[in-house]
Amino acid sequence: MNTAKSYFKSKKKNQAIPTNISPAQAAFLRKQRNTRLQIRGIQWLIFIVFLILWEITAHYEIINSFIFCSPSVIAKCFWEMLQGGTLFKHIGITLLETIISFAIVILGSIFIAILLWWNPKLSKIVEPYMVILNSLPKSALAPILIVWLGANYKTIIVCAISVAVFGSILNIYTGFVTVESDKLKLIQTLGGTRLDCLRLVVIPASLENILSVMKVNIGLCLVGVIIGEFLAARAGLGYLIIYGSQVFTCVRK
Amino acid sequence: MQPILELCNVGYTYHTTAGETVALKDISFSVNPGEFISIVGPSGCGKSTLLNIIAGLLPLSQGELLINGMSRDDYKEPVGYMLQKDHLLEWRTIYRNITLGLEIQKKLTEDAKRNIDSMLKTYGLDDFRNSYPRHLSGGMRQRAALIRTLALSPELLLLDEPFSALDYQTRLNVADDIGNIIKQQGISTILVTHDLSEAISMADRVFVLSARPGTLKAEFPIDLSVTPRTPRTSRNAPEFRNYFNAIWKEVDNEHS
Repeated sequence: MNTAKSYFKSKKKNQAIPTNISPAQAAFLRKQRNTRLQIRGIQWLIFIVFLILWEITAHYEIINSFIFCSPSVIAKCFWEMLQGGTLFKHIGITLLETIISFAIVILGSIFIAILLWWNPKLSKIVEPYMVILNSLPKSALAPILIVWLGANYKTIIVCAISVAVFGSILNIYTGFVTVESDKLKLIQTLGGTRLDCLRLVVIPASLENILSVMKVNIGLCLVGVIIGEFLAARAGLGYLIIYGSQVFTCVRK
Repeated sequence: MQPILELCNVGYTYHTTAGETVALKDISFSVNPGEFISIVGPSGCGKSTLLNIIAGLLPLSQGELLINGMSRDDYKEPVGYMLQKDHLLEWRTIYRNITLGLEIQKKLTEDAKRNIDSMLKTYGLDDFRNSYPRHLSGGMRQRAALIRTLALSPELLLLDEPFSALDYQTRLNVADDIGNIIKQQGISTILVTHDLSEAISMADRVFVLSARPGTLKAEFPIDLSVTPRTPRTSRNAPEFRNYFNAIWKEVDNEHS
């Protein structure tokens, strides 16, 4: 792990710009920076224009302010909930549930992907089941989960895991098997076993892939937690959303 | 003198659902210690299969194979094997790439480290020991791969078109470098290649394999009147062209 870290670090270091540069190079760098600033500026502009338009159209009832609310009202509500401390409580609970399910998903799917890589026959056997489970609409499982685990955090976490885990296993496993087969042959020619292949080639070569799977999964886990909270929670952001919609206030008054 | 490698009627058949393919048939030859053998032949004639069998990556199903007088299963020493690409691991430094084989075999002793240090110095990679592979040129990478192979002190070295991924000029230089390194260390070597000039310039003997199923079709002992004989000087030897034409004729027959 240590070596992998320094590998990524050194990649960055090499992008450092030398200090003694020609005028043409300076002009090029200036142009690059201007483009970057322009992009950032336009991004902010779009956001601000969107908020202003929203506020104005809501204020003059061009859009239905009961349904769509308005930024100023939302900000006010946000501020009040912040002072009451309730928002932090709900965010904290959702965050905790997300992190727990995320950790389980990542560790579990790396472990299962290793099993599948180790045993190609097993991976062939379970492949169709994986695809089916991955495409299954997970909210369809929710009623079973509630009856099975009760309306509590267990249901929420299992719900989040079920949303993320199958795709995660498939992606990590695909990363494992697409490692260049000649690299594995190299390890064999050096007298290495399958464990050496895994430890020295497959896992280090898959680190970047695992990282990108993690990025996708943190989002999926959040989605799963919110779905779970819709159904089974007494707290958390999903609970707030469902509570708000049931009492027909898009803003908590 | 006991040959380092002896093959007797070695054959190999690939099985797929589409049927079976005889890749090699009745291959018999022996390699003396310190000898450099080149094997040429049309594509798909089973050259790589032969190396895989000798390296022990494929099981020996037909015939007999002895390394240093021992059967493949009894011979526990590593056989050096260089592949087409260098396959240096991008996340390891050059030094840690070179020690890879020793780490796997748990043989990374002080002696082995000294040996690596001296090879790094001799072959001009000492300044790059802590660099990552992507900072090295193709030729340097291939030399690093060779040191990784030699670090295990193999008695027998197999080269599977090790220069084919390099551009032409680098290829000549690296072939020269590596040919000289191998000669210095006195390691028995089998080189598989498409490139007839390369085969002749490096070898003591050139074997020609026939098209599938691969059989040993002809053998050319290479005797060139140049001193010192290196892959580079060999190409200027007066006999070089004759060998080239004779071998070319054999290989070309296989295509038509």
